[in-house]
Amino acid sequence: MILDMNGIYKDYLLGKEPVPVLKDVNLQVDEGDYIAIMGPSGSGKSTLMNIIGCLDKQTAGSFIFDGMDISQCSDKELSDIRNRKIGFVFQNFNLLPRQSVLENVELPLLYAGVGKRERREMAKQALIKVGLEERINFKPTQLSGGQKQRVAIARAMINNPKMLLADEPTGALDTKSGEQIMKLFYELNSEGVTIVMITHEREIAEYARKIMLIRDGEISDCGGGAEQ
Amino acid sequence: MIENISLSFKGMLSHKIRSLLTMLGIIIGIASIIAIVSTIKGTNEQIKNNLIGSGNNTVNIQLFQGDWAMDFQYESAPSGVPAISRETKEKIENIDEVERVSLYRQRQYLDSIYYLNKQLAGGNVTGIDENYFDVMNYRIKLGKGFSENDFKNNQKTAVIDSIVAKNLFEGEEPIGKVIDICGEPFKVIGVAVKSNTFEPVIETVEDYHTYKSDASGKIFIPERSWPIAFKFDEPQNCIVKAVDTDAMTQAGKKAADILNNTLSVSEDINVKYKGESLLEQAKSMQDLSNSTNKMLVWIASISLLVGGIGVMNIMLVSVTERTREIGLKKALGARKKRILVQFLTEASVLTSIGGIIGVISGIILAQVISKFADVPVSISGVSIVISVVFSMAVGIIFGLIPSVKAANLNPIDALRYE
Repeated sequence: MILDMNGIYKDYLLGKEPVPVLKDVNLQVDEGDYIAIMGPSGSGKSTLMNIIGCLDKQTAGSFIFDGMDISQCSDKELSDIRNRKIGFVFQNFNLLPRQSVLENVELPLLYAGVGKRERREMAKQALIKVGLEERINFKPTQLSGGQKQRVAIARAMINNPKMLLADEPTGALDTKSGEQIMKLFYELNSEGVTIVMITHEREIAEYARKIMLIRDGEISDCGGGAEQ
Repeated sequence: MIENISLSFKGMLSHKIRSLLTMLGIIIGIASIIAIVSTIKGTNEQIKNNLIGSGNNTVNIQLFQGDWAMDFQYESAPSGVPAISRETKEKIENIDEVERVSLYRQRQYLDSIYYLNKQLAGGNVTGIDENYFDVMNYRIKLGKGFSENDFKNNQKTAVIDSIVAKNLFEGEEPIGKVIDICGEPFKVIGVAVKSNTFEPVIETVEDYHTYKSDASGKIFIPERSWPIAFKFDEPQNCIVKAVDTDAMTQAGKKAADILNNTLSVSEDINVKYKGESLLEQAKSMQDLSNSTNKMLVWIASISLLVGGIGVMNIMLVSVTERTREIGLKKALGARKKRILVQFLTEASVLTSIGGIIGVISGIILAQVISKFADVPVSISGVSIVISVVFSMAVGIIFGLIPSVKAANLNPIDALRYE
């Protein structure tokens, strides 16, 4: 099991009053899983995603990621987990506009301490894999939305992470580009990559093997997904 | 680190005007400091050269009555002040700090010097011994100097300096001509010049009197011939050449002590030899120029402070602008330290480039000042290195708060930032 969440609670402070956002969330993800987490806005799905992505810590409950108790991890350890074990894909791509496509993809390798030449080569390979070998020296602003998201996926996958964590990956794309991204996710998953995707679109969630529903901070297995 | 530096350059180039304006404070600060420091150094070197005579290291020992140097041109020596004997001179020569001693007598502003019918107005006649030219750094440019015969046998010969040669002979060959000093004929045998040219800076009335007689030139005669022209034997002036600049004060003091032992004057007329210390004079003048200019450096430093605050301000803006970028980098695994170092590097690259441009502008400014204000400048390598290092430090110090702010950003808030 790569991800094991038990009785996760998360409160935010509104003034002095704690506001519960997640209530007793239990989530288990096995290696090779492809899970979509659906929920309307305000349901707590972003908060859950931040905790899964080791960007935030739960108020209570246990969270084991790849055998490590996240609540016990230091800032540095969390950085290393994010760098080596999780690949992030965001709704708005989050590419650095001043740097080339290749440099954007190299970024996680830089933080992992990989040498320049090796970095270049690995980033090139990753871009070939997402079909952007022609665009390596372009700036992100010269790319279409779908292309940008493919760059982001290449960046997410560059360190061979245990899990790909996608937050509304098709939210800023047209239907056709969205479908292409989903196709890419499907291929990655068939190669054994674990994917956790957050979305509010039913059609997109349907690409996953399993769909979870989050509502008012509580998670439930709603069935559906490609497995059914 | 190289990556960070190249990233900083990229960032700077993408905001050219902003970077330039930010650097401007540093540029102005460093440029003014370099210009001021160069001028101070130049002025100090000039003071030293003028007063100490560029390694000449001579100290005049004069007879003082109270605080005033006695001038035998207008007053006769009080009884009990003997002429300096050969033995006394030898004693002074034996002082460790003294290299050479010269005794001389002098008359200034003489109007009784003629060549044919031409008068040398305000001339200066000096009766010298065999050491004088060496101690005072004269060399013979034309003709010859005094021979042993000239010194021993009361020869009526004279050596003139180039100013007298010009004023009195106007292009005529002076060697062999006879000039008239106080009614006595003296034969010109040579023309002497100072080995190093000396441009007096006249700032006080005393300076004016000191240098005034230089303007119409000097005539040297052997000391034994002095009584021929001036009729009576008066005490000599004594000038010693110290072994080095730092020994000047000691040499002057010890020589004055020896001379004072030869005096047999009563206490109440308060007559005493004193060594003037040009070194101390030079030092106090240098101190004065240093302290005035130190204040200027402080004032210039204020502009560096203002520049630093400008850097901090722009870095804070930059951190805010790049909040999302910082969040993303953190999400991708960048540690706090990396973000901190990245922003510190940006700030210090910015200020270092400002510093380098400042140094270049400072050198140009110093040259311009030197040209228009007629002040010498001396640019020191040390001050250049210090300036660049200092401007880098300004970047690090003033970049610290923005960089810490960036490093401590919460990745979630940073990613969510619009």
